[in-house]
Amino acid sequence: MRRLERRRPFGPERAHVSIYLPIAELPVNLFVILGLGIAVGFISGMFGVGGGFLMTPLLILTGVPPAVAVASVPSNMAANSMSGTISYWRKRLVDIALGLVLLSGGVVGTAAGVWVFGVLRRAGQLDLAVSLSYVVLLGIVGSLMLTESVRAILRAQRGEPPVVRRPGTHAWFHGLPLKLRFRQSRIYVSAMPVTAIGFAVGFLGALIGVGGGFMLIPALIYLMRVPTTVAIGTSLLLVLVTNLIATVLHAVENRTVDAVLAFTLMIGGVVGAQFGARAGQAMRAEQLRLLLALLVLAVGVRVGVDLITRPADPFSVVATETFQ
Amino acid sequence: MIRRGLLFVIIVAALALAPPATAERLIVSLSTHRVLINSNFTGTELVLFGAIELADPDILDRRGYDVVVTVRGPQRNFITRRKAQVLGIWINAESREFVEVPAYLAVSSNRPFAEIAETEFLRRSRIGIDYNILTQRIGTDIADVVPQDPFRVGFVRVMRAEGMFSETPNGVTFLSSTHFRTTVPIPGSAPTGTYEVETLLIANGALVTRETTAVEVVKQGFEALVAQAARDQRLAYGLLTALLALLTGLFASLVFRRD
Repeated sequence: MRRLERRRPFGPERAHVSIYLPIAELPVNLFVILGLGIAVGFISGMFGVGGGFLMTPLLILTGVPPAVAVASVPSNMAANSMSGTISYWRKRLVDIALGLVLLSGGVVGTAAGVWVFGVLRRAGQLDLAVSLSYVVLLGIVGSLMLTESVRAILRAQRGEPPVVRRPGTHAWFHGLPLKLRFRQSRIYVSAMPVTAIGFAVGFLGALIGVGGGFMLIPALIYLMRVPTTVAIGTSLLLVLVTNLIATVLHAVENRTVDAVLAFTLMIGGVVGAQFGARAGQAMRAEQLRLLLALLVLAVGVRVGVDLITRPADPFSVVATETFQ
Repeated sequence: MIRRGLLFVIIVAALALAPPATAERLIVSLSTHRVLINSNFTGTELVLFGAIELADPDILDRRGYDVVVTVRGPQRNFITRRKAQVLGIWINAESREFVEVPAYLAVSSNRPFAEIAETEFLRRSRIGIDYNILTQRIGTDIADVVPQDPFRVGFVRVMRAEGMFSETPNGVTFLSSTHFRTTVPIPGSAPTGTYEVETLLIANGALVTRETTAVEVVKQGFEALVAQAARDQRLAYGLLTALLALLTGLFASLVFRRD
């Protein structure tokens, strides 16, 4: 996470089938990249999240420059969520109205994220911002999910019925104006917090290369009280659209989208997602959430440890106009 | 009388300035002048052959030759950053910009540089990484610094670790007393552009002659197309990548459809 310099990739001596990335300007092991796509696709299909929070740091570990990794992962997330969106669409589990309101914030957030990404890259603090965001974001989301899922599992063990929806409870934002009724989600809520959530997801997605599903789904379920399946379906739609926009904007603004890397990841991703979805359906919902929580926390802790341990070399080098 | 004297002075001056008629000639041949980067490029190795052509064969007995081959890649700008601990977190604190420095630098010779010639000669002839010019922007100035400068040392160390900078004091092998060969590794992540290859022939710590040639490292075919599109057709490239994602997802949902 923390090194901006190009590390030695999985070198030619180890690679049997290597593929040259024209934008990252280095050869990588084809099977490593396909494997990453499959593994993250599996997790994506299993939990209904994009998996960008895993993919971006893993790519950087294989030697891909962070600027290329962050800009190329969104198209992979888009491909993964495209097939998911279609299958939820067929089951009528996508709330278009809610999706559109989320998108209004998401589009602005994505544009802002791409812009801030460029500013931070020029200032040399991109890797710090990405690492800190990871630690804070994954730490918070992971801990919340962990407590919630452990509670749910304990409740299930005591034989109590699962509490997914608590109608009648009112949070502070239910008093806000501009109220809209979202029929499919069976909620009546102000457009303002929905737009804000969309903005946050779009912004972070573009800035740190995460799809945003792992934040959006809990936000929709726990804050907005949207039914879980509709939350996943709607989240997939939003992740799809914001990531498509992020891909185009990164290509225009930062010129660091590597189409060869992206396509290789997509191929692995869509295959992995199919197996992941099957594995996910065989598990109980709260166990699934517990696993996801542990995964999110583990990535957050790993990035955090990197931030506080003394780097092997305090110096790092980055070409200022590699993509001229 | 005066004119004859002047003529004499001119002839003596010309003889002193021109290389001696018995000077050696250096002939250098590279295995290729064009390295093509295609989809399975993982780096390559250039082979350089050299021959010392003697006008007078007896000269060989008096001299032991040394050869230094320096390959300087295309010039790029780099930012070198130094991390420091702030509130327990390692962040990029200071930075220096290296302006138009070779993105690739390989120096090889037949024996350690220090044994070939004196420091002053090495510095003047830019032999070794320490004596190659790595200009930094310092305030409003652009200048090289002493080899011990911490940012220069850090930059060189990172570049060496990436295989972009190298020094091989035994890299040049003499096949006979007048024929030599060396290899130049071009790593997979080598920058594209022109690589200048300079061969110095040294005898008794003094330069005899030099020969320069060049190698071109270029992306080829599909790789060149993608890189060019990403640079020149940004919007179309972005839209195409997005479309690719949509189609891949659509295709997957059709292939794997179970309901």
